[in-house]
Amino acid sequence: MALVLNEEQTMLRDSARGLISDKAPVSHLRQLRDSNDATGFSRDLWKAFAEMGFCGLLVPENFGGSGLGCVEAGVVMEEIGRTLMPSPFLSTAVVAASALSRGGSAAQKSEYLPKISDGSLLAALAVDEGAKHRPLQTKMQAARSGNGFRLNGAKAFVVDGHTADLLVVAARTAGAAGEREGLTLFLVDPKSKGIETERTAMVDSHNAARVVFDNVEVNADGVLGEVDQGGALLEGVLNIARGGVASEMVGLSEEVFGRTVGYLRERKQFGKLIGEFQALQHRAAQLCIEIEITRAAVLKALQTLDGNFEKAGAAVAVAKARAGSTATLAVQEGVQMHGGMGMTDQFDIGFFMKRARVCQELFGDTNFHADQLARMKNY
Amino acid sequence: MSDLENFRRETRAWLEANCPPEMRRPMTSDEDTFWGGRNTKFSSEPQRVWFERMRDKGWTVPHWPKEYGGGGLDPEETKIMRQEMAALGARSPLTSFGISMLGPALLKYGTDAQKKEHLPKIAAGLIRWCQGYSEPNAGSDLASLQTRAESDGDDFIINGQKIWTSYANFADWIFCLVRTDPSAKKHDGISFILFDMASKGVSTKPILLISGRSPFCETFFDNVRVPKANLVGTVNRGWDVAKYLLQHERAMISGMGERGVGRPLGQVAADSVGTDEQGRLEDPMLRGQIATFEIDEAALACAAERAVDLAKAGQAHPAFSSAMKYYGTELNKRRYEILMSAGGVDALEWESERSKGGARPRAWLRTKANSIEGGTSEVMLGIVAKRILDLPGA
Repeated sequence: MALVLNEEQTMLRDSARGLISDKAPVSHLRQLRDSNDATGFSRDLWKAFAEMGFCGLLVPENFGGSGLGCVEAGVVMEEIGRTLMPSPFLSTAVVAASALSRGGSAAQKSEYLPKISDGSLLAALAVDEGAKHRPLQTKMQAARSGNGFRLNGAKAFVVDGHTADLLVVAARTAGAAGEREGLTLFLVDPKSKGIETERTAMVDSHNAARVVFDNVEVNADGVLGEVDQGGALLEGVLNIARGGVASEMVGLSEEVFGRTVGYLRERKQFGKLIGEFQALQHRAAQLCIEIEITRAAVLKALQTLDGNFEKAGAAVAVAKARAGSTATLAVQEGVQMHGGMGMTDQFDIGFFMKRARVCQELFGDTNFHADQLARMKNY
Repeated sequence: MSDLENFRRETRAWLEANCPPEMRRPMTSDEDTFWGGRNTKFSSEPQRVWFERMRDKGWTVPHWPKEYGGGGLDPEETKIMRQEMAALGARSPLTSFGISMLGPALLKYGTDAQKKEHLPKIAAGLIRWCQGYSEPNAGSDLASLQTRAESDGDDFIINGQKIWTSYANFADWIFCLVRTDPSAKKHDGISFILFDMASKGVSTKPILLISGRSPFCETFFDNVRVPKANLVGTVNRGWDVAKYLLQHERAMISGMGERGVGRPLGQVAADSVGTDEQGRLEDPMLRGQIATFEIDEAALACAAERAVDLAKAGQAHPAFSSAMKYYGTELNKRRYEILMSAGGVDALEWESERSKGGARPRAWLRTKANSIEGGTSEVMLGIVAKRILDLPGA
């Protein structure tokens, strides 16, 4: 398969770009932040996403979606990255939709997927527990209780957890922290007794929550996939999520770079455009090259997820690691080359820096994925 | 089954049947590369067999037209053929500057007679070419070159000196930049010309490098007589040919960074630093360096694949080969820094048999030229700044 977008994917990109740049430029995020908006995103825009068919991109056609793949989801994520639009697209349409369509029973799929597709159901993945993404270190307990399970523990960095109608929760039904065996995924109603959700305002003004589970009862049909065997399902869903975040970071990097190069072409000091200075030209050129190479690696990961899912781990690790380091470089150079203006809140560039930092942590940072790759290659 | 799937299946079967097992192992020394030429010899029987089979199939240059000794494959088929060779670990049957540099330039700018004369001999490994570009006072500023070609009837008389001419002492012919109009602006008085290194007045002198080897030469021209028919393209427009060829040269050099040569770095490092009970390298910092390197290496391979696909889709930026050249060479230097670090003291031996005559440190030192030859990293970044980013005054 050619490592470029095909015609349909290009059309999808253009329509996503049209909607997002029109309705959700960076000022949209700024406005949500400054008004301390309780939802943290625009439900009207989510409706527009549903009408455009974006919410059901990854939902199979027989459940009301369009049955497309990770490349298409990545195309939309990249456009979201360009304007930093806060949206449940990642948590609901990418992560939860993948978890349900890959691991759900017929009943679970019929119940939830059409609602994801039409935009009426929001969902969130609760996996992280500590300061760093370490899915195998999951400690949260799901003990057998009557016909079902009783969940105890605490989740952090649950993206869009404060507005979710459904939580996908990783818990331990057996084994010890660090082991792949014994993980199970559960579908949990966040209004269940014993759940306490705290919305956590984050540096990037996007949405996340801490969720505490205190003897939360989940009955047996809340199990997603197989008991004790959720590790593989979780890893697959996380890989899709990583591909999505990597795409967002490519869009973010390219946007911040475009703004920076624009500034180099107009800002004058010492009687010259600062873009004439070789010290800045070479750094700009290096960053341009980093972004192009990362773009190729991310597209490769998305295509591998669509074409050879079980073998996509290495390509995803490469993509997420590269996207993290490239975005970090892009925002740092962006602020530095904008000089004092880059430090002001009035200027948008700082929003990109903050979001890049969050995307780095989300589903494993560059170091995490470098370690993963080394493990895959046995060294 | 689609035609391409069929082609893949047939290619795999043919390679499986025809590539000798010895030619599927990673190259470990200079002798493993077959360069062709009048005075060539094969370093082993499998090398000869493999070369001749590939030559007969036109697959030393799979994408060239059949009439010039190529395989006549389209870009899609060429990609598949290279993928299948890589999957098998098959070595390149023939490496030459004729294939990677002159050939593409002749296909674009050569006359019918020039193509018929030179391309089949390149494809068949009969003539080994060298590149006469740099001069003592024309390095990064290549267009200021001074080697003169003066008109004399149907011939040019060439006088001057080239430097860093790779393997000039082994080459049969040279493609050379000469100044045909000294009064014109520097880019406008240059011509691109071909001549036999056995011509009267040509001499070469190898240059000893920090690696202790001499892959480069000084090349001198003292009243060398060359027919005007050997000029490629238009007289005084040789810079166009030179730049086009440089794109191919840079693509070739950038390929060094993505080529997984020899054993995986993780294994090489495990030999010297050891592993813990989980199989992880005992040196966690080195392990991190290797992983970060391999991430960048894998990403560069994706970018190289994408560059080909973008070109096919008509979306490639012509200056992108400079970006790849920059990244590929810097990456290759990193690879060898890691190899040296992984080898520790063992990688410092310079002459012993155990170190194969210091193969690793010599190769490490050789890579330092990667970001100089074919245009320095700084020149590449300048090209990206000017031609891709459109920055002012670049």
